[in-house]
Amino acid sequence: MDAVLIQLLNGLDKGAAYALIALGLTLVFGTLGVVNFAHGALFMLGAFCAVTFQKILTISVQVIDPSITFFTAYKEQPYLETWFGDTGLAIIDYAVPLSIFMAIPVMLLIGLAMERGLIRHFYKRTHAEQILVTFGLAIVIQEVIRHFFGANPIPMPPPDVVSSSAAIGTWLGLSDNLIYPWWRLIYLVFSLLVIGSVFAFLQLTTFGMVVRAGMFDRQMVGFLGINVQRKFTIVFGLASVVAGLAGVMYAPILPPDYHMGMDFLVLSFVVVVVGGMGSLPGAVAAGFLLGILQSFASMTIVSQYLPGIDQIIIYLVAVIILLTRPRGLMGRKGVMED
Amino acid sequence: MSKNKKDQNTISRRDMLKTSAALAAAPMFFTKGAYAGAHSKNFTNNPGSSSTVTLGFNVPQTGAYADEGADELRAFKLAVKHLNGEGDSGMMNTMKPMNLTGNGILGKKVTYVTGDTQTKSDAARASAKRMIEKDGVVMISGGSSSGVAIAVQSLAQEAGVIFMAGLTHSNDTTGKDKRRYGFRHFFNAKMTGSALGPVLKEEMGTERNAYHLTSDYTWGWTQEESIKETTEGLGWNTTATIRTPVGAGDFSQFITPILNSGADTLILNHYGKDMINSLTQSVQFGLRDKMVNGKQFEIIVPLYSRLMAQGAGKNLQGILGTTNWDWQLQDAGSKAFVKSFGTEYGFPPSMAAHTCYVQTLLYANACESAGTFYPPEVIKQLEGFKFDGMGNGETEYRAEDHQCFKDVLVVRGKANPNTQFDLLDIVKEVPRSEVEYDASIFGGELGPYVV
Repeated sequence: MDAVLIQLLNGLDKGAAYALIALGLTLVFGTLGVVNFAHGALFMLGAFCAVTFQKILTISVQVIDPSITFFTAYKEQPYLETWFGDTGLAIIDYAVPLSIFMAIPVMLLIGLAMERGLIRHFYKRTHAEQILVTFGLAIVIQEVIRHFFGANPIPMPPPDVVSSSAAIGTWLGLSDNLIYPWWRLIYLVFSLLVIGSVFAFLQLTTFGMVVRAGMFDRQMVGFLGINVQRKFTIVFGLASVVAGLAGVMYAPILPPDYHMGMDFLVLSFVVVVVGGMGSLPGAVAAGFLLGILQSFASMTIVSQYLPGIDQIIIYLVAVIILLTRPRGLMGRKGVMED
Repeated sequence: MSKNKKDQNTISRRDMLKTSAALAAAPMFFTKGAYAGAHSKNFTNNPGSSSTVTLGFNVPQTGAYADEGADELRAFKLAVKHLNGEGDSGMMNTMKPMNLTGNGILGKKVTYVTGDTQTKSDAARASAKRMIEKDGVVMISGGSSSGVAIAVQSLAQEAGVIFMAGLTHSNDTTGKDKRRYGFRHFFNAKMTGSALGPVLKEEMGTERNAYHLTSDYTWGWTQEESIKETTEGLGWNTTATIRTPVGAGDFSQFITPILNSGADTLILNHYGKDMINSLTQSVQFGLRDKMVNGKQFEIIVPLYSRLMAQGAGKNLQGILGTTNWDWQLQDAGSKAFVKSFGTEYGFPPSMAAHTCYVQTLLYANACESAGTFYPPEVIKQLEGFKFDGMGNGETEYRAEDHQCFKDVLVVRGKANPNTQFDLLDIVKEVPRSEVEYDASIFGGELGPYVV
């Protein structure tokens, strides 16, 4: 029972990351018709927003060790600590959650710049060309990050107060061994909140109504005198922010490195396809479904009988779903079928 | 007159000595210059009468080990500089015995080409092939993965070009996959196990239940095997050995079963990014805070480096492991190398940089000793070569498997670093005699000298 519950939590957590990335991907595809292979890079850029914010908070005075003469070796004392003592240290401790406030405008700007500077020139091009150009862009972004931050993962600890594990087993009257990291629980709740906010924004605001209408019939909305293109540009920015936030909050779980976006990209595309191209609820449902399946497939009892199944389960399920439901779980007729 | 005639016909003792000296010197004089010529048609990329000789440095310049590869490349460039008589000569001031003069190798200026292994066997082989066929290298060195080392070593044997391996820790490199043309200065998993064993016994006792998470490729397999052999020898029980895919990223599904397994020790047979991720996540799952079987739960990372310690941050503090070399060693060779490297680049070298630098000097020295670049003769110089002053105490390149035997460092992640580079505490310098083993236990065949 403990093992099942814990793998369920693992699956939900993994699924939340897939769903957040896939949500932005499908949003861009549904509105702009663009297959954006640089979306994983946006997830990675979000994580590096947290890294940059932490570096800003920990700008330090360097106490040089005079015993080392061939190079400069020093111990760092952050200015925040020097100036504000324990309060300064507490601010540094909360670097990851606080970096959200930096990530939102930065990712919005990056998204808008990406769409205006490059993506819009490829609206009328084939999907193959879109994939090539966005994949190339992703590689360029990766290499820029590697140049400035190196190839090694960078540790991004969560705040001390949530760095340990929650005693879920004790709460539920089960085994004491049933524990789960606080930060992963926070990530799950955070993801659900972001997903909920995106849906609320699209369902409950006039802007969202226009975007949904545009996704359904762009030409008709244009005939009504609405500048759909501008709205879609903002949607691209919004998708960047969602991917960026997913990256920021994932940084303590997976120490950021320049390649982390690519690791998620392929899986997220599978999620989008399984969910149904252009379907937002489909992307979310497929994200959680595949995350949970992958988690259960890696249980020892499963891998004993089916070794390696955890590595292929997602693709296996994708094949089965696409054979039985060619448009994915919630795909609409006519999307990517021309 | 007669006296003069007699003088002309009689060989004095002095003349005799002069003639003997000339005769004794003649073979050396002729052979040193002519050896390469004698084999000029018989070996790959013979530099012949060229004024330069080219070495190939095949390192990961992209991918997960790019930082380690960049450090290897720095060390190679420094070694070339020293071989050509530039800079402060680094370990050439401490290496014993040594035939290097700072005049290149055999009087030829050393040049180099570089390649990107991408830490992928196929890319590494393609890069090495290009170096051999297009760039004309006489030796290839570098790499940060055993999979790559074994692949390139095999190619080197086929091509007849010596491969001086960089960072490779799998037993297979000088075990079942050993090659006559491949040499490893770096230590291996078997030596890690032998070095760690006594320290584990002293600090953790003889009654433990160990759970292994292992990278699913040659290095992971052999390290798991060696560490398991060591811990079971101590009396520990092995609870489970779980293989994890390389580059898994999220290890949560592998970590959570540990909580209910009854294990009180986790052994992470992971390296690089995998190690940083699995350790970070293990700590987040509260493993280090747990008490199991009345004992504090412990995590062991058998192989790690300073570069990895930077990535793991506080999570590595207090964790035991082994390393091939550390910049804080105080022997003359290490100090000379740290001085050269630190002055050149502004930070201390990694263990990968150290091994690559040493390998380049060892190869050059073997050529000088052989008086030729002809690989079979160079190989014979390296086989059984005993040396000192290179940072690991008295060292020997064992002839039977081309594995270097030297002291091994048991280290612990430092709790309160004094500087940004002060990340490891040296717990013990395990003498070479305690990590030696019989070369025949891993099998394999070196293959022929002449290919």
